[in-house]
Amino acid sequence: MPDGVAQQVIDFRPVGRMALMREFWAYFSENRGAVMGLCFFVAIIIIALFADFIAPHLPNEQYREAFLRPPFWQDGGSLEFPLGTDAVGRDMLSRLIYGARFSLFIGCVVVSIALVVGVVLGLVAGFFRGRIDTAIMRLMDIILAFPSLLLALVLVAILGPSLINAMIAIAIVQQPHYVRLTRAAVMGEMSKDYVTAARVIGVRRLRLMFVTILPNCMAPLIVQAALSFSTAILDAAALGFLGMGAQPPTPEWGTMLAEAREFILRAWWVVTLPGCAILLTVLAINLMGDGLRDALDPKLKRS
Amino acid sequence: MFIYVLKKIGVIIPTFLGVTLVAFIFIRLLPGDPVLLMAGERGMTEERHARMMAEFGFDKPILVQYGLYLNQLAHGDFGTSIITRKPVLQEFMTLFPATVELSLCAIILAVLLGLPAGMIAAVKRGSFFDHTVMTGALTGYSMPIFWWGLLLIIFFSGILGWTPVSGRISLLYYFEPVTGLMLVDSLLSGQDGAFWSAIRHLILPTVVLATIPLAVIARQTRSAMLEVLGEDYIRTARAKGLSPIRVTGLHALRNALIPVITVVGLQVGVLFAGAILTETIFSWPGIGKWMVDSIFRRDYPSVQGGLLLIAAIVMIVNLLVDLLYALINPRIRHTE
Amino acid sequence: MRSMKTLLAAVCGASLLAIGAAGVQAKTLVYCSEGSPEGFNPAFYTSGTTFDASSRAVFNRLVEFERGTTKVIPALAESWEISEDGTEYTFHLRKGVKFHTTKEFTPTRDFNADDVIFSFMRQHSPEHPFHKVSGGTYEYYGSMSMNDLIKDVVKVDDYTVKFLLNRPEAPMIANLGMDFASIFSKEYADQMMAAGTPGVIDQLPVGTGPFQLVAYQKDAVIRYAAHPDYWAGKAAIDNLVFAITPDASVRYEKLKAGECHVMPYPNPADIEAMAKDPEVNLLQQEGLNVGYMAYNTKMAPFDNVNVRKALNMAINKQAIIDGVFQGAGKIAKNPIPPTIWSYNEAVQDDPYDPEKAKAMLEAEGVTGLKMKVWAMPVQRPYNPNARRMAELIQSDFAKVGVEAEIVSYEWGEYLKRSTDMDRDGAILLGWTGDNGDPDNFLAVLLGCDGVGKANRAQWCHQPFEDLIQKAKVVSDVDERTRLYEQAQVIFKEQAPWATIAHSVVFKPVRKEVVDFRIDPFGGHVFYGVDLK
Repeated sequence: MPDGVAQQVIDFRPVGRMALMREFWAYFSENRGAVMGLCFFVAIIIIALFADFIAPHLPNEQYREAFLRPPFWQDGGSLEFPLGTDAVGRDMLSRLIYGARFSLFIGCVVVSIALVVGVVLGLVAGFFRGRIDTAIMRLMDIILAFPSLLLALVLVAILGPSLINAMIAIAIVQQPHYVRLTRAAVMGEMSKDYVTAARVIGVRRLRLMFVTILPNCMAPLIVQAALSFSTAILDAAALGFLGMGAQPPTPEWGTMLAEAREFILRAWWVVTLPGCAILLTVLAINLMGDGLRDALDPKLKRS
Repeated sequence: MFIYVLKKIGVIIPTFLGVTLVAFIFIRLLPGDPVLLMAGERGMTEERHARMMAEFGFDKPILVQYGLYLNQLAHGDFGTSIITRKPVLQEFMTLFPATVELSLCAIILAVLLGLPAGMIAAVKRGSFFDHTVMTGALTGYSMPIFWWGLLLIIFFSGILGWTPVSGRISLLYYFEPVTGLMLVDSLLSGQDGAFWSAIRHLILPTVVLATIPLAVIARQTRSAMLEVLGEDYIRTARAKGLSPIRVTGLHALRNALIPVITVVGLQVGVLFAGAILTETIFSWPGIGKWMVDSIFRRDYPSVQGGLLLIAAIVMIVNLLVDLLYALINPRIRHTE
Repeated sequence: MRSMKTLLAAVCGASLLAIGAAGVQAKTLVYCSEGSPEGFNPAFYTSGTTFDASSRAVFNRLVEFERGTTKVIPALAESWEISEDGTEYTFHLRKGVKFHTTKEFTPTRDFNADDVIFSFMRQHSPEHPFHKVSGGTYEYYGSMSMNDLIKDVVKVDDYTVKFLLNRPEAPMIANLGMDFASIFSKEYADQMMAAGTPGVIDQLPVGTGPFQLVAYQKDAVIRYAAHPDYWAGKAAIDNLVFAITPDASVRYEKLKAGECHVMPYPNPADIEAMAKDPEVNLLQQEGLNVGYMAYNTKMAPFDNVNVRKALNMAINKQAIIDGVFQGAGKIAKNPIPPTIWSYNEAVQDDPYDPEKAKAMLEAEGVTGLKMKVWAMPVQRPYNPNARRMAELIQSDFAKVGVEAEIVSYEWGEYLKRSTDMDRDGAILLGWTGDNGDPDNFLAVLLGCDGVGKANRAQWCHQPFEDLIQKAKVVSDVDERTRLYEQAQVIFKEQAPWATIAHSVVFKPVRKEVVDFRIDPFGGHVFYGVDLK
């Protein structure tokens, strides 16, 4: 495992923040894919925020006279339900639009939990070393010994299948990556002169950890956050697909897919569309993540 | 090197003990009473319920249960399924070859396609080919594979009728399993068409399972190659007038392989996670599907034993990757 | 041994579906089953999937159900007598019945009384040497109260067995036709015990049934061959293959492709296409089940029969059949399904009439009622989507001014909590019949003994109880029919449940399959089926 590989980090201090942002944007905007991803992602955020105004119908409203209507361009479809309806007559387009909310919500919550907890654990491990470090890292090794989806499945089975529990489970299985990254970065920084200097002047421990060292470890963490945002969406969808994530009738994309599975041969749109939504969203985020990585440090690598 | 191996194993053993504890605690935390589930709508009397809990050993204090469990493990006993009443290890071993076969095929496909694609993309950096490969790789990396599998079934099995929908081999063929690997067994059986049938059944699941590793390997190979191609010794080799194929093929590839091997090794865990979904979609009788079924059936001993065995395999593979890595790259052994 | 080899050659060499291409070819019927059997000893389990693979193919019972009906007919017992007081059953066994010959076992004698006693005493007596083998939990034997019912099983001579009961029980004969009562070979068991591997009899079954197990590849395929010396004559098909295919759409794909001949549990969504498919015969029948909503009749205001009636009238059952069953269901008016004898056609269902329901509630002084509706977390034959059903009922109740909150628990918890006497709310549940006897529904689910247990309505109504208790001890079927018909009338008047639906079972089979019959017990029986 390459946790010992020290991550190179750009130095934030010498330049002003504005200049830094400008430099970052210059790099980022060079990457056409990243910009496209960003645009799509912003579009999804807007759709999610304004779902109430954009969606033509309510996501769970059942139109009893319109079961399994095809999209408007097919025979039997109409503009009333532009992307057709599902098995109980709910408008697909509206459900997909509301589904964007869930996916973004999942991504945000999972990344926040995993990031905060992971950074604290990683800082503690990297800063204090010794026994506490061993204990934390062994715990992470244990988590990593299980395939992530399997562990998440078992955790959800324990907590009970629901969207919130799925998010907690995914955050837990993503934890070790943050801990390892932070620890490696902290260990890299600890030997640098400015840390020694800060110690010598007697900066308090907590301040040293969070104010002096942490900001210099942020670059790999930002990239990891983008990466795990997309993994979180994928994993939550997979759990939903296995019946262990969001529960029907929540219009979460993975859950929609699971519900639609029985119509695979009869109504292609109920199966194809939620999958497309997942793929495009995740792709956009990954494009952005690539751009972020290149812009923050061309030498940072994904593994 | 020997000390390095010992050190690694010294880390693995406590981790594995931790894994047994975690698996054990998880199972005790699972809500739902397996005995009540078995009874269903019919229900059962308190007395019968108590007797059955006692028969499965669920009535003892937790610590005693854990102690007994560790003792059993030490004797190679992973418990007995409360559904099929067979030893968990035996169940695992009958299903494991199916997963191994699928995973091996997937990883081979991923390496065979991903390595050259990544190399060529690196050499022809910025070309149309490079863009195509990288776009494709990122798409593959972003793919919800359970949906991808369904799409492939709709298209290749439903519309075109080229591939079978599920299973490992056509029902026409029957032979006793020898290795458990259908490709090998079908060849050994000597029956006409059996091998071909096994291949046809393997194609779609392999493609689905290979998607993410393929994307990761292609991306990793490309960036590793790019880095190596920028190093001094490659420029020297070029300057010496070595043919481009020799330069990229031999010098650069060998060095680029080091990080790639790590990535391939790391895909084992990813493959298991993928196998859970792939096997569910294709009704592939492997351990991924077995684990999901066991979780849903509250078959505690199977979930517990399965978790342990899978974790052990992941850890062993990771250890082997570490060792291989250390063999190729002596610097690793001496640091850390 | 020889027959095994020819069989293997036949399975290996033959092209499966090129039926009729050559006259000498073995006939192989492929059944795309919905899941893996839990094991091969039917006495341990309760799922139809396991019974299909074990009891219905490999084993026989003393009595069996006529294929496609719930009528009991002789099988391993040729005839029987019941004593005056109804506590002594004497069975005269069939002679010349052969057990299977397998790799592990070659029988030296025919089936006899020892095998019957072995099969029952193993389940009955904790001291029996085989009682604890393979985990030793006999689910059905226990839940049908056979432990309390049977005093002893004694051998009169090699071909006569006597069952001594503690009390008379009219459904006893039907119980003996159930899967758990399958007859094992004592000789095989003794041999395996001597070899130190007693558990083998539960993994590699040997029975007297129409098919013998050839191989089971876990989670993939089960292979059977016709039992050449079957007592009722060798099966028309030579080989029977279960291709385990859990996904319903995939099963249909395989059926269309000719990879299997019969499939269970089609997707409701595919029914329409199947009905049109010229290659497929779509058989259908009501299932042996009922889905209901049980009020807690011990709690106000549901102790008031008029309130229960009013709520029943508020439920739009047709919408449930359309939305939840997608047509694969029928409105239920009685607590027993129409495939069971004594089903009372004359009973009138409560009409769907929200206006009147509202008026009735107001007349009883019930306004602004808030209640809970429990929805099961799992899919069952009698209720494919409880959540959706609860949502429909919720909106129906809203129209009569009743505010319903939907609650759910993990399945085991749900089953347990729903039996609580002070349960808050009406519960969605159902029942699948075990032995085709009305007693199995009416006494278990609505009898006074079941209060606090399987009687989720906590309903104990003396006139009803008297009728079903009387029907338990009478052995004359006409007399019992009359009693049960009356009981159904009382049930409807008292309305402890809203009877919701019976599922309709669809069985798509390929055109070349001859005489496949839907089993009312939900099983799949392939003896008697042929291929064109």
